[in-house]
Amino acid sequence: MGEHHHGPAKGLKRWIFATNHKDIGTMYLWFSFAMFLLGGAFAMIIRAELFQPGLQLVEPGFFNQMTTMHGLIMVFGAIMPSFVGLANWMIPMMIGAPDMALPRMNNLSFWILPPTFLLLASTLFMEGGAPAFGWTFYAPLSTTYAPPSVTFFIFAVHLLGLSSIMGSINIVATVWNLRAPGMTWMKMPLFVWTWFITAYLLIAVMPVLAGAVTMMLMDIHFGTSFFSAAGGGDPVLFQHVFWFFGHPEVYIIILPAFGVVSQIIPTFARKPLFGYDSMVYATASIAFLSFIVWAHHMYTVGMPIAGELFFMYATLLIAVPTGVKVFNWITTMWRGAMTFETPMLFCIGFVVLFTLGGFTGVMLSMAPSDFQYHDSYFVVAHFHYVMVAGAVFSMTGAVYYWLPKWCGRMYSEPMGKIHFWISFVGFNLAFFPQHFVGLAGMPRRIPDYASQFADFNMLSSVGAFIYGGSQILFLYNVISTIVAGKPVSDDKVWEGAEGLEWTVATPAPFHTFAVPPRVK
Amino acid sequence: MATQQGSAVPAGHEEYYVPESSGMAISATIGLLLSIYGAASVLNDMTFGEPGAETNSWTIFICGLFWFVATLFMWFRTAIRENRAGMNSAQLKKSYVLGMFWFIFSEVMFFFVFFSVLFYVRVLVGPWLAGEGEAGAMNHLLWPGFEFDWPTMQTPQEAVGGAAGQPIANHGEFFSPHTSMAFGEVEHWWHWLPMWNTVILLSSSVTVHIAHLGLLENNRGKLNLWLGITVALASVFLALQVLEYHEAYTLYGLTLNSGIYGSTFFMLTGFHGFHVAMGMTMLLVQWLRSIRGGHFTADDHFGFEASSWYWHFVDVVWVMLFLFVYIF
Repeated sequence: MGEHHHGPAKGLKRWIFATNHKDIGTMYLWFSFAMFLLGGAFAMIIRAELFQPGLQLVEPGFFNQMTTMHGLIMVFGAIMPSFVGLANWMIPMMIGAPDMALPRMNNLSFWILPPTFLLLASTLFMEGGAPAFGWTFYAPLSTTYAPPSVTFFIFAVHLLGLSSIMGSINIVATVWNLRAPGMTWMKMPLFVWTWFITAYLLIAVMPVLAGAVTMMLMDIHFGTSFFSAAGGGDPVLFQHVFWFFGHPEVYIIILPAFGVVSQIIPTFARKPLFGYDSMVYATASIAFLSFIVWAHHMYTVGMPIAGELFFMYATLLIAVPTGVKVFNWITTMWRGAMTFETPMLFCIGFVVLFTLGGFTGVMLSMAPSDFQYHDSYFVVAHFHYVMVAGAVFSMTGAVYYWLPKWCGRMYSEPMGKIHFWISFVGFNLAFFPQHFVGLAGMPRRIPDYASQFADFNMLSSVGAFIYGGSQILFLYNVISTIVAGKPVSDDKVWEGAEGLEWTVATPAPFHTFAVPPRVK
Repeated sequence: MATQQGSAVPAGHEEYYVPESSGMAISATIGLLLSIYGAASVLNDMTFGEPGAETNSWTIFICGLFWFVATLFMWFRTAIRENRAGMNSAQLKKSYVLGMFWFIFSEVMFFFVFFSVLFYVRVLVGPWLAGEGEAGAMNHLLWPGFEFDWPTMQTPQEAVGGAAGQPIANHGEFFSPHTSMAFGEVEHWWHWLPMWNTVILLSSSVTVHIAHLGLLENNRGKLNLWLGITVALASVFLALQVLEYHEAYTLYGLTLNSGIYGSTFFMLTGFHGFHVAMGMTMLLVQWLRSIRGGHFTADDHFGFEASSWYWHFVDVVWVMLFLFVYIF
């Protein structure tokens, strides 16, 4: 089929009709960055309102729409698609495949997303406003008391699920079927491993989310009573179904980040990853445990004590494989010939801050103490440490790490380092104080607060503005690299880099590995 | 991102399959978006809109759906033609197999949710609402007089004398059925539709397997006959299911508004019925391909195989339904 090995089509057609994994990956990455800026803009509105106590900028109802849309867009529009984009770009190159296994479906997985988020964002302009029930959309807030736009939200979630399931099936088929000869399971780069396991999580839980929103749809429009006690249902049932999706979902977000960090740290420590096997087993263990811990998000709903205990102990268990991972990253750096380029800085930032987020997670996992922390700003601080300093930091590091391979040009290292330090300081300024206001009793999802929380909230807002602003620097650095960066002369780019993706030309040609490479 | 021309492939090397760029995905997206926007608007008109107001929601929905289905038709036609033109490598065929397998797994998880809901409600929520245990302590006050049994023939709302008497706000009114779908009197067993549906669906799994054997034996007549019988059985199943719903609404008073029993009943059987319709369509397409186009050979018939896997899957779901929705 020699006729297929041509360059990309010209103009817009190249992107709209794309079947090339690199083009689709690029679209995913740009789309997710656009969503990151949109979700970030909502966060800025939230922090501006919380800059001082009292209601000054927005209506409380609109504030709720902002927290809801911020969460939904960041989780489903920014973080998840960014890692799917990375998977599209890197998995075929890392396992010696020419492309994803099912390229046309790959295109559909991507193109579903922009119209879906258009639909979701358009709810802001609908009568009754956008969904305002939080990104966890608990019934009955999302059923009995929801604005009419909830119907569009429900269908948007269906479409996102469709996109994720197709994308995951594609990744599973690619990894199963398209590994180059000699690329055995235990030689696969960790990023491929973590994504492979993540894809299974997605295939398993996205249908559960679809089921949850379908029951909402039926309750709202067809008079069923899944989440209504008057008909014999139970609003808490919604929380069970949601978190059966929702807890694996947080690992869907963080496992690819683990993979990225496991690629980058060995490169700049100039040592192979410590404990490769244990990393694989730890990832699989975390994935398994993620299915049996969901109710730790709902200790305060009035579960039987046996349930509280089971979910508490199961949750505490997760600290073990996660600890193995952190230990391995640190041990990889131990006595390495370390250098601190921007990707490495973001990864070290990840290890430190993600571990902090993990510790607060252990605090939250204990049912008796969770009764104190539940729905407070402590929870907000916890999950931003793992979502932002975890997933987003590793994603940012990944962009700096692979950008030279993608476009054949080197980013500005000083600007990258400045970006890291500004976002590191901004992030911690924004979220560290939230631990304290949370422990002191400030609830989450409110537009106003008692005056004793004023100082910390002001600090928090300043930090958020700094972190948000630093992303403009990031955008500028990436664009100027693509347009006018210094061409990279070495295909390997980084001295310590290992793996198939560094053996192809730089920039990576439109089609890599038309002939399968042999892996020794 | 900058890219460059791919290098020429040295002759004599195994090559991977990389398809041409394609407009099908964007077309499917347009169809999906229109139909979803239309469907959401239809529902919102129904629930929140002004009665009798003129809207174009239905038009958008139907056009979008038609567009989407037409795109899928083209998409599958392209995939079939590629395979018949010998363009698909053994490796690509394996990717299709993996894709179908994990797609069915995602469907299993979809039904898993609704079965979990059923068990959670039957085992935990029901007794709690009736005041059992610590978790139910408050419910003596909220729903005094509510007794739980399954099928639930009286909702908590009815137990407290209707929506006016209930202490918790919600917008629904829930009317219990007079008769449930559970197995009734032994002497009238032949009137019990679920049993006939079970017989039909289980037989259809056997007939589709016989059709598969015919295909493996290169016996075209056997394939066409038994696959045709399978499709016929599927349509009888769907007809009986429609009849059952009709009876539920008109004779039993069992509706979507019947509280949690009606909710779980219609959700589980409804989604199952929808999947039967999908599976039947898939099998019908394979049947038409076989009788009109002479498609499939003993060693290359993925379309048939995928459809029959799907068919066995809906059959297994039905067995679960029969056991836990109708019998126990």
